[in-house]
Amino acid sequence: MELALASAIGVLTAIGVYLLLRARSFDVILGMTFLSYATNLLIFSAGRLVSGKAPVLKDGVASDLAHYTDPLPQALVLTAIVIAFAMTAVSIVLAMRSRSDNHSDHVDAHEPDAGHGGGA
Amino acid sequence: MNHLPILPILVPLLGAALSLFVEHRRYGPRMQRGVAWASLGLLALVEALLIAATSQGEVMVYLLGDWPARLGIALVADGLSGWMLGTTLLLAMACLLHACTGWDRRAPHFHALFQFQLVGLNGAFLTGDIFNLFVFFEVLLIASYGLLLSGGRGLRLRIGLHYVVFNVSASTVFLVALGMLYATLGSLNMAEIGQRIAELPPSHLKLAKAALGLLLVVFCAKAALLPLYLWLPESYARAPAAVAALFVIMTKVGLYAVLRVGTLWFGEGAGALAGYGADWLLWAGAATLLLGALGALAATRLRVQVAYLVVVSAATLFIAFALGNAGTISAGLYYLPHSTFTAAALFLVADLIRRRRFRAGERGERELAAALPGKTVPGLLFLVGAVAVAGLPPLAGFLAKAALLSAVPAALTGLVWAVVLGGGLLVIIGLVRSGIRLFWHVPGEDDAPPPPDPDVPARPFETAATSLLLACAVAMSVFAAPLMRQTDAIAAQLLAPQQYLHDVRGTTPQSRQP
Repeated sequence: MELALASAIGVLTAIGVYLLLRARSFDVILGMTFLSYATNLLIFSAGRLVSGKAPVLKDGVASDLAHYTDPLPQALVLTAIVIAFAMTAVSIVLAMRSRSDNHSDHVDAHEPDAGHGGGA
Repeated sequence: MNHLPILPILVPLLGAALSLFVEHRRYGPRMQRGVAWASLGLLALVEALLIAATSQGEVMVYLLGDWPARLGIALVADGLSGWMLGTTLLLAMACLLHACTGWDRRAPHFHALFQFQLVGLNGAFLTGDIFNLFVFFEVLLIASYGLLLSGGRGLRLRIGLHYVVFNVSASTVFLVALGMLYATLGSLNMAEIGQRIAELPPSHLKLAKAALGLLLVVFCAKAALLPLYLWLPESYARAPAAVAALFVIMTKVGLYAVLRVGTLWFGEGAGALAGYGADWLLWAGAATLLLGALGALAATRLRVQVAYLVVVSAATLFIAFALGNAGTISAGLYYLPHSTFTAAALFLVADLIRRRRFRAGERGERELAAALPGKTVPGLLFLVGAVAVAGLPPLAGFLAKAALLSAVPAALTGLVWAVVLGGGLLVIIGLVRSGIRLFWHVPGEDDAPPPPDPDVPARPFETAATSLLLACAVAMSVFAAPLMRQTDAIAAQLLAPQQYLHDVRGTTPQSRQP
């Protein structure tokens, strides 16, 4: 399970970084989304991976980490998800306004000269 | 329990909510400004009490929800928090005064966003929990996106997109660092981490170093250190004047975090991690200082030049905090409010100059580079601001730099003196050149003469806002002795974190027994 989760985080991060470095604002926003997925998984794994255990205390079960999963990373992930979601919305609005104002989806708000390559 | 430490967060939060209520046309701008000033006035009262309570070296701990600090979220107010809160408050007053001359009516939701920005700033200075620091960073950043972009279009939106994407990426790295930190140390309370970091098993050392390194990278990105400062000049130069002036404190938040984390976690007792990152910060700070000074020399617009001066002052503070002895930290703390006030004042002066020229241009002058109409007041303000920011005597910038240079350890004297003094020289040359071009421009034969009676200026509150900031800077020079005694006390408190650790860990919940 550790290998699968670690690979997933790694692949998501790679996708996110690649997209973040591209020249279209839509790609960049997708990249930020992928990065936030990777981060959420990573925070989640900070509480160690356990399966089939609840984070909420129950009567009659000894209250230690052998019987429960760590609840704190789950709370942290929740905060991170909310913030990342809001930020995605903000950047989409920004990108749309920038596109309609500047008539270009390019992150620099104008198409690069053909001679310089770049773009797309 | 004493509820004082949470009030600097609650007051602007309620002020922001109230600002939203009175936004309707029915109430008009006078009511909105009244609410904003009432909130700021109440904040001033609360902070005065808080600073009075912490200035003698006490550490006030506030347990949110009455959970013990290692389990819940704690707010901690000590001398450093009080110092930063006071700086923020004075800056905010001047910015609000400036914005109330008209910008607040053109930018939607200005007052609410302004108050939220104060929530984020005050929270970042008061929190004792590293994840909560992230949350307050987000609060202040989200408010800053709104302040930067509301009422903007075209080019400002493009800059805004860069700014947002850069900061969101930095926040992502922050989260990665926090996840790894929790995985290795099992706590997110700063005092608890400071305690556990000394007892770290060697097998976890590398992971902890990676996480802490990432954390420092994030703080440096916020504070505009060498490879990560490129976002700053353009976005600050494009922001509306009052907002750009307020943003000057945002680089100081990153510096505050570096100082707090550096003294609390990487102090003498940290074992293998003692002094972690200090060498890197010193070198990067020195390089940033030189590059920022070169940028200030090369800038063709006054606002870009001022933005580079913000970078220069942040780099000077990095050098001071990275050296990390009592003398340099104290000098840095004394320099911090002064550089904040003067850089903010220069942003406001730049706006004053820009608007007058713009008006003059509208009157049919061909060249915007023509001499400035009615230049006495902006000229004087620029002169005082430039003397202060360049660190020339008799103002506090000079005292702070002298104190910094005299406290540098002998082994590093050559490097630090050369960098700080050389950077200072470049800044002076750049400012002198701007001053000559702006104010001593002799109209040539092909220049139209300046209009004889400019009725442009006369927004007295803008001049008052700028003068308030410069008056703060001058007052810091006049009252240098008591202020420096205070920064000495703060530095001593920071370098002996045992009391902080003891107070935070020793504060017990009042009604709960977990």
